Amino acid sequence: MALRFEILGRFNRARAAQLTLPHFVCQTPLFMPVGTIKGLATSQLEEIGCQIILGNTYHLALRPTSELIDELGGLHKFMNWPRALLTDSGGFQMVSLLHLADITEKGVTFQSPVDGKPMLLTPEESIQIQNRIGADIIMALDDVVRTTITGPRIEEAMYRTLRWIDRCIAAHSRPHEQNLFGIVQGGLDPVLRDICVRGLVDRNLPGYAIGGLAGGESKDSFWRVVAQCTAALPEDKPRYVMGVGYPLDIVVCSALGADMYDCVYPTRTARFGTALVPEGVLKLKHKAMADDTRPIDPTCACMVCKNYSRAYIHCLVTKDAMGSQLLSYHNLYYMMKLSRDLHTSIVEERFPEFVCTFLLKMFPEGNVPEWVCNAMEVAGIDISSCCAPFSSSQDLES
Amino acid sequence: MKFAVKAWSNGRARAGVLHLGSCPSPIETPSLLLSTRKGLPVFISPDLLPSLPSPDSHLLQVCPLHFLEGLSPKTISSVGGLHNMLGLHDYGLAAVARDSINCLPHCDSTNKLGASFETPCGRLLIKPVEYMEMISSLGPNLWATLADEVPAWVSDKRNKTSVDRTVRWMDECIALGPAGGAVFGAVVGGSSIEERRRCAQEVARRNVSGYWIGGFGLGESMDERPALLNAVTDILPEEKPRLICGLGLPEEVLQGVASGIDLFDSVYIYHLTLGGFALTFPLDGIDKKKSDFQLSDIGVDHTKINLRATVYRKDASPLVKSCSCYTCQNHTKAYINHLLNVHEMLAQILLEIHNTHHYLGFFRTIREAVKAGKFEQFRRQFLESRRDCLSVAAANA
Repeated sequence: MALRFEILGRFNRARAAQLTLPHFVCQTPLFMPVGTIKGLATSQLEEIGCQIILGNTYHLALRPTSELIDELGGLHKFMNWPRALLTDSGGFQMVSLLHLADITEKGVTFQSPVDGKPMLLTPEESIQIQNRIGADIIMALDDVVRTTITGPRIEEAMYRTLRWIDRCIAAHSRPHEQNLFGIVQGGLDPVLRDICVRGLVDRNLPGYAIGGLAGGESKDSFWRVVAQCTAALPEDKPRYVMGVGYPLDIVVCSALGADMYDCVYPTRTARFGTALVPEGVLKLKHKAMADDTRPIDPTCACMVCKNYSRAYIHCLVTKDAMGSQLLSYHNLYYMMKLSRDLHTSIVEERFPEFVCTFLLKMFPEGNVPEWVCNAMEVAGIDISSCCAPFSSSQDLES
Repeated sequence: MKFAVKAWSNGRARAGVLHLGSCPSPIETPSLLLSTRKGLPVFISPDLLPSLPSPDSHLLQVCPLHFLEGLSPKTISSVGGLHNMLGLHDYGLAAVARDSINCLPHCDSTNKLGASFETPCGRLLIKPVEYMEMISSLGPNLWATLADEVPAWVSDKRNKTSVDRTVRWMDECIALGPAGGAVFGAVVGGSSIEERRRCAQEVARRNVSGYWIGGFGLGESMDERPALLNAVTDILPEEKPRLICGLGLPEEVLQGVASGIDLFDSVYIYHLTLGGFALTFPLDGIDKKKSDFQLSDIGVDHTKINLRATVYRKDASPLVKSCSCYTCQNHTKAYINHLLNVHEMLAQILLEIHNTHHYLGFFRTIREAVKAGKFEQFRRQFLESRRDCLSVAAANA
């Protein structure tokens, strides 16, 4: 174990904590951006408050290779990032490139997209690669299946994940410098999820991730899996919901007791000219933006909102690289601020107020989605002030 | 705007000082204008701009035609002009119609009504009245009048027409001009010494604050250029600044300085950056490395390195050991090599920062040489050391 997790504040299931990692002391809930983020330099990432960056093991193993990174002193030194890093197992690419992959008990075979050669990723190999890269948190190789798939494959994948975690633990050569997180699988089946949680908790890992979500399942199914897992996972260890996501999803998952998130959404959507704002999104490509001299978000303190108008960003977006850069900067700033606001509002004992303000801005007409209402009920947060009266009561009156 | 020549060297080369309202400190010349795309650097994020040397890096070239793609003059005015729109309140902005990357003059389509440019919006004909509408809304510190630039190979008749038009448009622009902002009269004339003289004489008669010398870098040879430059600078009044477009390479900049040019609008950095190159030529004038020639230097051009080369995969050294730029202080050749391999834009950002920093350093050494009265010696040594590098590399290839 190479981390400390200290809870500083709570509201029902939600928690604000201090996560001390070898390279940095982090505040949770937190959002982790992925990779070298559309042109943002490490100093800019520090400035906006980024605490942990996610490095993609699959891509790094292909280029420049984990051996080279190791030779040059690890990924922190290679990219000159003084704060924390997390690497995934390389396993998510199994789902994205499934038509090229063959999963057996041994591991996963890919066809290298670089030269077509077969690549075998075993649990041992994944951990060794991640040991060489040197991130503060490393992820176990799991057998991840899309939640839209049904049938025996899900059960097979869950049990295999448990068998693989033991191989990952055995292969891990740097447990005092790098924290190995296990990943809970089991699709949308609560029985399978429960078995997986208990199996992983038995191994007494430094932290746990909830995997296999953010892949096309309904929001209703999504929150229920998160709720079940956060209820069952140990209190005193960090919980990481992989691949999440939209600001709304992060607020809900935090209310349910999750601590860490990652997603390509903020930077990917920036490339298409979309900015994250309290009201939801702002599409800068839209013709109406051409004359709009307001900043993207008047309440945002980032350098983009302090200096540039929507009209100017509109003329840059999708035509000049600078447009993506500026929007990525704003979107990541937004996510970092959301993380800080979640942490602070819990510590300062005003989390329900924060959630209500957040929902009111995003759903000014009170049309909060049902899944959010259901999740908040389980989380014990009263959001009735944000929701319009139910249509059924209107029927009664007429 | 205020400009004064402070020192001379070897006849025409001069060092001066330029005061622009928005810049906090005066800018020493000869100086480089940084290329922009819609007012911001092509790659360098605006919050990383302050990491570049100040005040040298505070002069930006802006092409008004870029804004035709999505930003109306009315909107630009309502934001309060360029400085407000870009958030660059302490920068000097020079508006010039020709941008050697995106807005290239298309002399065949230019006619008596306006100048034609190949732009990202297609081929556009810009009339003086339209040009001045853009300039008025932008409100730059200085701006060049609309010119008819022609390449070196056009007929004498076409060349003469370009001078007539350019002078006429200059008068129209000045008449339509905004109250603020210094006017730089455009001088063209192609490869004809007589036409260059004629145009310079006409422009010199107008009440302008400076001169924008166009039509270079469009096909004339390095050998014929000095005479053409001198034909212009000998006629232009000494006390007003001269801005030139199209001289990008170090050797070309030295030609310009030798003829008495003060400001350079160059796309050299842009092309280097796109190609994955980092400038490495020594800034102390003399190439000390001549005696350190090694086998690994075969094929190496000691002026720049190409970061895509596999030899840099594991090179944990900065681009240039003594460089104090953001890139060299924070990152290694190996990292930039990796970024280029995985097509990350951060590579271009880091390279543009370094290359700009390095090229601004080159201009500083030019200024020092002029102020010390040793420009010709500096120029000779610089050219010789570059020739020697190449010949040594060739001899051992």
